This record gives sequence, C-alpha cells and structure tokens, in this order.
Amino acid sequence: MRAPLVSIPAPPVDLLIRGARVLDPRGGLDEAADVLVRRGQIAEIGAPGTVPAAEGAEALDGTGRTLVPGFVDPHVHLRTPGQEHKEDLETGTRAAAAGGFCAVVAMPNTDPVLDDASLLRALRQQAEREARVPVGFMPAITRGLGGEILTEMAELRDEGALGFTDDGRPVVSAGILRRALRYQRLCGGVLALHEEDPTLSAGGAMHEGEMSARLGVAGIPSLSESTMVARDAALALAEGARAHFQHLSARESVDAVAVAKAGGAQVTAEASPHHLTLTDAAVADLDTRMKMNPPLRTEADRQAVIEGLRSGTIDCVATDHAPHARDEKEVPFEQAPFGTTGLETAFAALHTELVLPGLLGLGLLVERMTAGAAVLGLPVPRIAKGEPANLALLDLDARWTVGEHGYESRSDNSCFAGRELTGRVLLTVAAGTVAYRERSFAVSAA
Amino acid sequence: MRHLLSIADLDRDGIERVLARAASFAEVSGREIKKLPTLRGRRVINLFYESSTRTRSSFEIAARTLSADVTNVVSSGSSVDKGESLKDTVQTLSAYDPAAIVIRHPHAGAAALVARWTPAAVVNAGDGKHEHPTQALLDVFTLTRRLGSLDGKRIWIVGDVEHSRVARSDILAFTTMGAHVTVCGPPTLIPPGIESLGCDVRYTLDGLREADVVYALRMQNERMQASYVPSLREYVARYQINGRRLHPRQILMHPGPVNRGVELSGDVVDSPQAVITAQVEAGVVVRMAVLYELLAGVRAPLPRTPTPTPQLA
Repeated sequence: MRAPLVSIPAPPVDLLIRGARVLDPRGGLDEAADVLVRRGQIAEIGAPGTVPAAEGAEALDGTGRTLVPGFVDPHVHLRTPGQEHKEDLETGTRAAAAGGFCAVVAMPNTDPVLDDASLLRALRQQAEREARVPVGFMPAITRGLGGEILTEMAELRDEGALGFTDDGRPVVSAGILRRALRYQRLCGGVLALHEEDPTLSAGGAMHEGEMSARLGVAGIPSLSESTMVARDAALALAEGARAHFQHLSARESVDAVAVAKAGGAQVTAEASPHHLTLTDAAVADLDTRMKMNPPLRTEADRQAVIEGLRSGTIDCVATDHAPHARDEKEVPFEQAPFGTTGLETAFAALHTELVLPGLLGLGLLVERMTAGAAVLGLPVPRIAKGEPANLALLDLDARWTVGEHGYESRSDNSCFAGRELTGRVLLTVAAGTVAYRERSFAVSAA
Repeated sequence: MRHLLSIADLDRDGIERVLARAASFAEVSGREIKKLPTLRGRRVINLFYESSTRTRSSFEIAARTLSADVTNVVSSGSSVDKGESLKDTVQTLSAYDPAAIVIRHPHAGAAALVARWTPAAVVNAGDGKHEHPTQALLDVFTLTRRLGSLDGKRIWIVGDVEHSRVARSDILAFTTMGAHVTVCGPPTLIPPGIESLGCDVRYTLDGLREADVVYALRMQNERMQASYVPSLREYVARYQINGRRLHPRQILMHPGPVNRGVELSGDVVDSPQAVITAQVEAGVVVRMAVLYELLAGVRAPLPRTPTPTPQLA
C-alpha cells in the first residue's frame, strides 16, 4: 500500500521558534520553550534561550505566541476533479495551511466521483504537483455514490485510499452498507458515514423546528440523522467493523453514538465548527451561507455537540469545508447548494466561541483538532523530539474580521463572514516544510 | 419603509396607516373615473415566477389606477426560461429604472434577495411558503370593515398550514392587530413549531364555534400523492367548512382560488357570510396603498432643472 498522504515535495526546513508557549496536550506539554526544527524534524525542545540557533536555521520570535501540533481535518471538499471553479487542490490546501492544518482528507463527491483506482492514481499525482499540505483521499463506498454497487475497495486501498465514504449522501441501503462493513475485513480502511434518512429529510433545506415553521422552509428533522446513526452503529457492532460518523448535528445523534460506544462498537464521530458555534437562529434572514447539510440546529443541539466533543463521545473536529462559487450561493435559500467553507476559520471560531467563554479548554480543543488523524489511522502530529515537524504557531490575542482581506480558498461562502474572531494562525509547518506564513508575521534571521 | 418584504416590516401603527390610506382609495374606486395621478411617469414591474391571475392582476390594476406604467414579466417565455439567474434578471430589469418591482417567486427569501440587487422598492407578492404580506393586509382590511377592531376577536385558520404563505403572514398580521389566532388542520399539515408565531394549534374542528372568523386555506391535490392525508374524501369529511359547521354569525374567508367541494362546500361560498369577493376588491385598494406608502413622496420625479445659459462676460 502507498503512503496515504501526498503533497508537493519540498526541501525540509530548518527553523528555531524561540520562547513560544508550547502546548501538546497528548504529551502533557504546556510551557514556554524553544523548539528547533532540523531538516523537517523536531530536533530539540528546551527552556527559552537555551537552544542555540543551528547554522542556517531561520529564527522566529515566538514570545507571546502559542505553538501547537498542526491540525488534521478528516473531512474537506477540494472539488477536484470537475468543480475547480469552486476550489482546486492548490487553493484548498492553501486555505488549509492558512487555518493551521498540516493534513486534510478530501471527499469523493467530485465530478467524476472518485470511485476508481485510475482516478485515484491521477489525483494523487496531481496532489504531488499542487498540494501545499499533505492530502489524503477517501474514495466512494459505492460507485458514482449511487448507493448500489461497491467500489473496488481492495484495489483502491492498494492505490492509497485512506478509507471510504459516500459523503454528501447516506448509504441508504442497510444491506449494501453491511456488505461494505464486512468487506473491510479484506481491505481495511474506515467507512465514514454521512447519516441522513432521505425519506425523512427529502426536500428539506434547514433544521425542522420553530424557525423552519416560521420561514415556511421544509425541514430536515434531527431524526433523519439520529435514526441512521443508531442503525449503522448496530451494523458496525454486529460486523465488528470500523465506522466513523461525520458531522454530528443533533442531540439525539450524540446520544446514539454514546450508546454505541458504551456497547463496544468501534465507532468514532466528528463535529464541525459551524455546528459547535451557530444555531438555526442564524438562518432567520435566509442567508445562504448558513445553509449546510446537516443543518444548523437548536441551542440544545449545539450544547449537546459541545458536550459530546468535551466528553470524547465525539472524537474530533472536522470542518466539512464545502466551497461554492458566489453565484451558486446568490440564489433563494431553498435553491442554494449546501455547505460553508471552514478551513481558514475553524480554529479562530472555536477559540472565540468555545475556549474564550470557558466551554472547552484550549488543550482539549487542540487535541480534538488533531485527533482526526487517529480516527483515520494516520500518525497524530506531536511536538516531541524526533517527530516530523507538523506545527501551528498561534496568536491567541489577535482579533480579525473574517473575510476582510479575502480568503485563500477560491470561494467565499463562509458562515463566519464579517464576524470578528479572536485567535490567528501565524505560521503552519506541514510535513517538515513551511506551508503558510501570515503576511504581517515578522521574520528575523538567526 | 423602503420595501414590503414581510408583514413583520409593519407594526400595528404601520398596518393601520396603510389601511387608512386604502380606505381613502376605496372612496375613489367608487367614482366614475378611477385614475389618480400619483405615480404618473413612474414604472412598476411585476416579476412573476409563478402563475397567478389574482395577485398579478390586482397589482397591475392598483399600479395603473395610480397612473404608473406597468410591465409584466412572467416566467414562461421569458429569459427566466432560458436559465438566466434571478440576480441577472433583476439587474437587467433595474436598468429600466423602475420605481418598484413586485415579485412572486416559488422560493422563500426571493423578495429579500431582489431588494439587495435593485435600487427599486420591492414588494413581496409571495415567496415560496414563506410570506404574502399584501394578502395579509387585504385580509385585515376586509375584516376591519366588517368587525371594526380585531382586538380580542377569534380567528381560525383551517387547512394546509404547512404549505401556506398566506397562513404565515395572516397569523402575524392578525395577532399584531390584537386577534387570537388558532390554526387547525391534519397534524401532517401543521408544521411542528408553528406555535412560536403566537397561535394555538388544533387538529379537529370541535371548537370551531368559538371563532368569529373562519379562514379556509386551499387544499391542493398534490398533498394526497405525498400522503400528507390519506385521501381527499377523508380530508373533506374532517375539515371541510360547510353549512353544518359554519355558524351564521361567523365570517368566512378564503385566499382564492376556491376548490369548491373540497375545503369549502359550494353553499358556504355563495352564502352572505363569505367575504371572498370583498377580499379581492380590498386587494386593489390595499396594494394601491402599499405602492403609495413605498413610492409617493420618496423619489418623486424631480423638477427638471433648465440647463443654465452660459453667462457672457
């Protein structure tokens, strides 16, 4: 099997970051330190002022800044191939780097659908020319996302498939999903599931509740998600298979995952920044940037998702970065496509809305923003001697307005547009190379 | 007020102001020569993405009575059919410098979007299942002419509330005017959470006697296919407003067009309690009042300033 992540080959960097607060929750590390990166690896961590600048290493003043392991996003849409007017591998991974992500995983609902080994091979070659941070690919569970015929999962795994997903659509047939879960015994690879019963959600464009009743927009009930989570957790348990639930939005779904985990099912789950920070109140004036699937739900749902993330019922944060061109979103709400961008705002939004009000510790947020790697069987970024350098340097006090200087993403459909957020990514090191540097961030030679 | 996008754009005073203006126009419409010069030389565009006889003709007559120049753009046969986006269509029409655009669209929020894209005043003539504010105004106008104040009056809205923009705007307007609103229909056609608009919910007509006003909604055949109700027959048996259920002191309303024999029996449509035709009449004067409110005084044509003659030294 091939290496699961690919990016533009770049020379490994030599870097000394002086005096930053170094925070790696997994290693219990939270102290001011100098961190030396040599040839793309963390070579030394020492008390501030004690690590000598290696020859040729760029020195950065980290005083007052926070250095954390680079984030990993198990769920993004890079729209390539076929919808490059929304995003491509370069713009999508630039957006990832600007958000502090050192690895992202692309979904297969492209045009054509990523459901074939030759397509995966070509896409990985393209990523070697265009991807600024390492990208992994999850091909489809079923051909053409049709929900009927399994893809050649074993061959796709040989070509580097990280796992499989029909994201954007549920695997409606329990029988087909069961076969995919059994086939996992041969080929491995987690199955990531978009949970939605289309007989309950058909025609819906927002959460079913008071706001949808008021607006006269057909609703997507929480039940359409939670019933499928419960069904598929039962299937995964019975087959002893690994399943991952994408973008949980409803209180009932969090409960279903908790029950499944307690019962011994090998399931994991993710939550998206928008479900952790916004509710359907944001849909009141039918702003299409607030249209996502699953939809923004109520404050009780938001609190349940936050609590799930805090308790570990939800394992990780995933942005579900879903770029759309401006004219595609400039239509009436019910006609607009689902999705918001998320890579460039994920950390700042969660820091502003969860960490600063005291709902979630910074260490736990960093843990959950890197845990997507473990969910997909990838090495988790760590700040420890000998580890590859996957780092994000943060200014936790910087306030900025989303969109004021545009976006690295090709699309601007951010649900946080115009909001003032606190916390900014200054530098991203991904797989041992500098993937992003904030414009105003000063550089000083050693 | 720059636009009328939702009935919530008007508070009670605002509604009363529009209705007072409508009442003064109602006097004019009794005259032999019906035209008023108020909007002479100004353009009103009716942009209709759904077929509509009643609302479109009502707006057209209202604008013409105020001497505006009216252009109708309807979806069939227009650039809309050729795949042009709403934004492009609106910007194209805005190049004609209309004073107002009246928009009917099958999707919620369309009128609010149009208002972002044009300098013209925008009137929502129905957006999806969301709102139909001029219908609510004409319904309030019709009722206040019969009942005086709506304070403390009990109004039952019966039928397919889920798919009704009329119901949503009427609930808001009636409660703003002090009435107590109950919605009633099959549980599958009452949207969960509708109580948050300030109404009660009933699933049977058992308490209908308390109502001062019975407002029946249109029941569409498609609802049967999607199994919202098992059959039209069962719907009629439980929810039709007929002579047996309607008390002689109750006022009967309907937004039209009526499905005789479905939501209303033929006898009640033709009964003196039905004010359905009065609603249509009210539609014209209320829409005149809305156009007046949005356009008269504001952006009135400026007196043409003569080009100054160059002064010779």
